[in-house]
Amino acid sequence: MKQVFKRPETLIKTTNHFCPGCHHGTAHRLIAEAIDLFQISDSTVGVAGVGCGVFLYDYLALDVCEAPHGRAPAVATGLKRVHPENIVFTYQGDGDLAAIGMSEIIHTANRGENITVIFINNCVYGMTGGQMAPTTLSGQKTTTSPQGRDYAYDGYPIRMTEMLAALDGVAFAARVAVNKPATLNKAGQAVNKAFEMQINKMGLSFVEILSACPTNWGMTPSESLRRIEAEMIPFYPLGIFKEKK
Amino acid sequence: MEDRVMLKGSVALAEGALAAGCRYYFGYPITPQNDIPEYLSMHMRDRGGVFIQAESEIASINMLLGAAAAGARTMTSSSGPGISLMQEGLSYMAGSELPCVVVNITRSGPGLGGISATQGDYNQATCGGGHGDYSLIVLAPSSVQEMYDLAIKAFELADKYRNPAMILGDAILGQMKEPVLLVEPKSLSYEKPWALTGAKGRKPQRVKSLYLQDGDMEVHNLKLAAKYRRLAEEDTMVEVDMDDGAEIAVVAFGSCARIVISAVDAAREEGMRVAYVRPITLFPFPSAAIRDVSSRVGKVLTVEMNTGQMVRDVRLAAAPGSEVHLLAKPGGALPTPQLILEEMKKLLRQGAESK
Repeated sequence: MKQVFKRPETLIKTTNHFCPGCHHGTAHRLIAEAIDLFQISDSTVGVAGVGCGVFLYDYLALDVCEAPHGRAPAVATGLKRVHPENIVFTYQGDGDLAAIGMSEIIHTANRGENITVIFINNCVYGMTGGQMAPTTLSGQKTTTSPQGRDYAYDGYPIRMTEMLAALDGVAFAARVAVNKPATLNKAGQAVNKAFEMQINKMGLSFVEILSACPTNWGMTPSESLRRIEAEMIPFYPLGIFKEKK
Repeated sequence: MEDRVMLKGSVALAEGALAAGCRYYFGYPITPQNDIPEYLSMHMRDRGGVFIQAESEIASINMLLGAAAAGARTMTSSSGPGISLMQEGLSYMAGSELPCVVVNITRSGPGLGGISATQGDYNQATCGGGHGDYSLIVLAPSSVQEMYDLAIKAFELADKYRNPAMILGDAILGQMKEPVLLVEPKSLSYEKPWALTGAKGRKPQRVKSLYLQDGDMEVHNLKLAAKYRRLAEEDTMVEVDMDDGAEIAVVAFGSCARIVISAVDAAREEGMRVAYVRPITLFPFPSAAIRDVSSRVGKVLTVEMNTGQMVRDVRLAAAPGSEVHLLAKPGGALPTPQLILEEMKKLLRQGAESK
């Protein structure tokens, strides 16, 4: 009998701590599939940002380094410069990358560091309990925007992928979603492409994954999937924004 | 390499780092330490290393974190305001038990302050500086020769204890030129089986400072504390020069200690019997030497280029019954040998009057 689906070797068989309907598990799986595809598990080092994704080392059978909040791209720079032959990726949420770590991601991208950045955008601070993020959308209620985000008062959400695509050091920039099979397939292809870019020493590769956080959105998992389609994708369009040849 | 060469302090320090096998430098410009990155931007890549000018000191220290996690000897240099920005990363590195060397060529402060030589960062350097229960290894050179020697020593201690080490200097030490003997370290081998190099032929490993399970953080804190005790037992460094029958000891570190030597020489010429104590490691602090000397001389004068920071450590270490006095010169002004000598005489007169 032909096996058509299995757990990736790089994905550790264990119970995870993520909430029901959370997309971190899906994103972890996409990374594990890419690492299996290129057979790079013994040369890959992950850098975990601060947030729900910090437990990356509990789920991926890889060397993993914790980074201070937002600093993962700088930590990855150090790891990569010492061992350029290794594959180095960061795993960062939207508070981590688009707020406190804005400087590090911009300059690491601008230097064209040959690393891969996986960016989880769920429009909210997850681990700290649902505060407003730079990516929070208009009207979205969070614990620090209880009346709903007001652009006139709180400012606007940041589209990271478009911003980074404008930098010369960036080889690949894509925004994907994992809310249904069609988007999930494209997400997997984008993550694979990002690692392939690094293997080919093309520069920084960046994949933004629109993700659900049902707990902090106050929604069921299925309502969350519908919100991604109805609210997130219209503001954060999917696609490949940069691909160096 | 037994010939002495005339070097600037900053260059001697950079050469010490290179001799120690440091091939990864990350830094951000700030006066008065720019000679170090400027020199290394030229020489690091020539010797097969990496020099990156980071976008901030926050980025610099986190590049060190990554390079250290990868197993490399790595260094940055900065000054007060930049060192303040590095405290987050230093706390993470101490918590993750990662070795590195951070050079602080101090400015006077607080705030933007001034660029002249001071010792106002003593507390920040020796009391941890960042959040949490940790310490840095702190070395205080007082000559260009020591800028070279202690750079090498800092890498050795950082690796031995898996902890960040700081070299606390100032603009005097960075800018002045002296003859230096460039003695290469005997061994550059340092095994780092914990390094993140990709899990080839071994189980995956992690570098982390997060401990959420009940009791884990306590175990980790106690482990770090035990490490600092061992550091104090095995690697405290101090210079003591005491006359028989000395009546007063003068304690100073770094560039200030050089001025104190002139005062001590002048005092001896006048027939005074004195002791000179120079802490070389500020953490661990040479408390045993201070206790011993103070128990014999009775009077201790601490001279610092700040408003009085090391004096607290001297008071904690001083033998019961001994007097600890402070001569403080903050803000970038230097104490003169004459000023120190007058203070020594005044303290001795006070003692004679009260007898």
